Amino acid sequence: MAVRASIGGIDSPEALEKALRAAYYLADEGIATAAYLALALGKPLLLEGAPGVGKTEAAKAIAAVLGRRLIRLQCYEGIDASAALYEWNYPRQMLAIRQAGDATIDVYGESFLIERPMLAALRAPDSTVLLIDEVDRSDQEFEAFLLEFLSDFQISIPERGTLRAAERPVVVLTSNRTRDLHEALRRRCVYHWIDYPTPEREAKIIMLRASSVAESTARAVVAAVGKLRREPLSKAPGVAEAVDWAEAATLLNKGGARWPDAFRRSIGVALKDEEDLAFISGRLDALIAEAAA
Amino acid sequence: MSETLPLPRAARAFVSFVALLRANGFAIAPEQTTAFLAAIALLGPRTPEHIRRAGLATLAPPPERRAVYDMLFNIHFLGGEELAGDDGGDQEVLRLQEEASGDEEPPLSGDVNESGAMAVRAEALAERRLAPGGTSDALRRLAREADRRLPRRRGHRRRRARRGPWADLRRTLREAARNDGEVMRLGRLKRRPRPRKLLLLIDVSGSMKARSEDNLRLAHTLVQAAPNIEVFTFGTRLTRVTRALRPKRREQALAQVAHLVSDWDGGTRIGDALQAFLAIPRFSSYARGAAVVILSDGLERGDPAALRDAVAKLSRRAWRLSWLTPLAAGPRFVPQTEALIAISRLVDDMVDGGSSATVVRHLLSLGQNRRAA
Repeated sequence: MAVRASIGGIDSPEALEKALRAAYYLADEGIATAAYLALALGKPLLLEGAPGVGKTEAAKAIAAVLGRRLIRLQCYEGIDASAALYEWNYPRQMLAIRQAGDATIDVYGESFLIERPMLAALRAPDSTVLLIDEVDRSDQEFEAFLLEFLSDFQISIPERGTLRAAERPVVVLTSNRTRDLHEALRRRCVYHWIDYPTPEREAKIIMLRASSVAESTARAVVAAVGKLRREPLSKAPGVAEAVDWAEAATLLNKGGARWPDAFRRSIGVALKDEEDLAFISGRLDALIAEAAA
Repeated sequence: MSETLPLPRAARAFVSFVALLRANGFAIAPEQTTAFLAAIALLGPRTPEHIRRAGLATLAPPPERRAVYDMLFNIHFLGGEELAGDDGGDQEVLRLQEEASGDEEPPLSGDVNESGAMAVRAEALAERRLAPGGTSDALRRLAREADRRLPRRRGHRRRRARRGPWADLRRTLREAARNDGEVMRLGRLKRRPRPRKLLLLIDVSGSMKARSEDNLRLAHTLVQAAPNIEVFTFGTRLTRVTRALRPKRREQALAQVAHLVSDWDGGTRIGDALQAFLAIPRFSSYARGAAVVILSDGLERGDPAALRDAVAKLSRRAWRLSWLTPLAAGPRFVPQTEALIAISRLVDDMVDGGSSATVVRHLLSLGQNRRAA
């Protein structure tokens, strides 16, 4: 196992946590440790958690810290090699054959290859971070295909042979856990389960992300969101929704709305499901008043 | 990290911790152990917390077993003896919220508890032994035909076909290259059909006692025969039993289910159970675009409004929602109870679930009555 104790000047979880904070991402010790270990051990980082706890943001922040380009691969059911790996530019190949006449040409040359995210990351492992987003949406066939990629970091293109990464690329996978990932996939990765942040941390995140929000507003939003998450809603507000809510309420307040009212009127950015809104509407005023107190 | 044959003294405690985890049912691969040791070396380790986090990251205990991991860690490294952390944190089982006191329901199971004081608990928790039972013709038919006849949907992947909406450029180019760039025939592609998700919700309450064992046997056959099946049981709790049904041998699978499900033959809170199911994004996404089959008599002890609400939500999420009740035997069945009347307007089918044969017949007909959308 190739261990690199220091990557881009980061030599401990604490150093990474600090660098992430500079990139506007407040990491707790757990995720800082997991991310550092993933970088140091050269393994992919698998982040699981409820929607909206900041999994994708974490990947973006890691890319920013390392000063690398983030390549994002959004998974969906039925995603296949031509969307994830590479594709040949068939019209150009066809034209080239036609134009070549009697000359010989290599229709499987570099200029006919269209890079997709995984190939792009493999070819520039030192300047990119590959984000494989929402793996749980892909199907088992793609997951099996990922296994091969993540253990050897190589891709075989039948017409050109096997391509291997010069060094182990930085890969971050995220999953909402809408289905169980295969054990083998978890095994190849450094794993971290992201939970909702503690109230203090969430208030800090809101203020870091939305600089216009006052501390009292942030605390009130965190308290209200905390209560909402305990309700049986079909989509509980995540951290991103909390940030939006605080920002929207601040905006309304500047436009002249009074405080508890500003929260109530901007609830639409926190709860985006008609049924959830109907379910909570009777108690919303009391809930907000309590949180704002 | 030196990997010489006799284990370095310092590494022994860590390797034995891995062994302890394995003994407690955590699946940990050798490469994870190596990563664990490397991680500890990287982190210092300056405090036990470093070791705990290194283990969490590299040994990857599933989140629902985190409490067990922490307990074993404390015992192994900190000498703690707290054994309190049972598997209460298991997310696969959800205890439904009890309503306000006063409407406590007596257990519906036939045998009365000797000590009368115990009998008035709202939940009658029990462990049941499930007999493997014989394989009936219905189950054999299900195993044989499930893969072929369960509903399908159009997939995203394409496969070559004689005719289809897309040109197969890859194949066409290969052939053209062989003929000096002359395209003789345009290959075609069409979408490949995929098995549709199927979600089975099985009522295991007292009123369904006669059917629940058969239904679970059927669920086991189904999980074995086809991909993309999810199975839950509900009564006073909601339990995901898909994983328990995975073992091929039926006795083994049913024994796991019997152990996992603890609300056999108790009361029913169908509405609450379905609401709880929908409130967890991880679970409710199983229903999206799926063929949802509920095996229940619809005898609701909770609030009929909650049940109607939940069924309405479910039917909007599902591709097709079927309610199979043993009460619907016979062609002239008309729903009688308030709950069933409400439900019958919301579901796509309300048909007989009185025997395995009728359930199997309905399951296998799901794919035919409506074309995959």
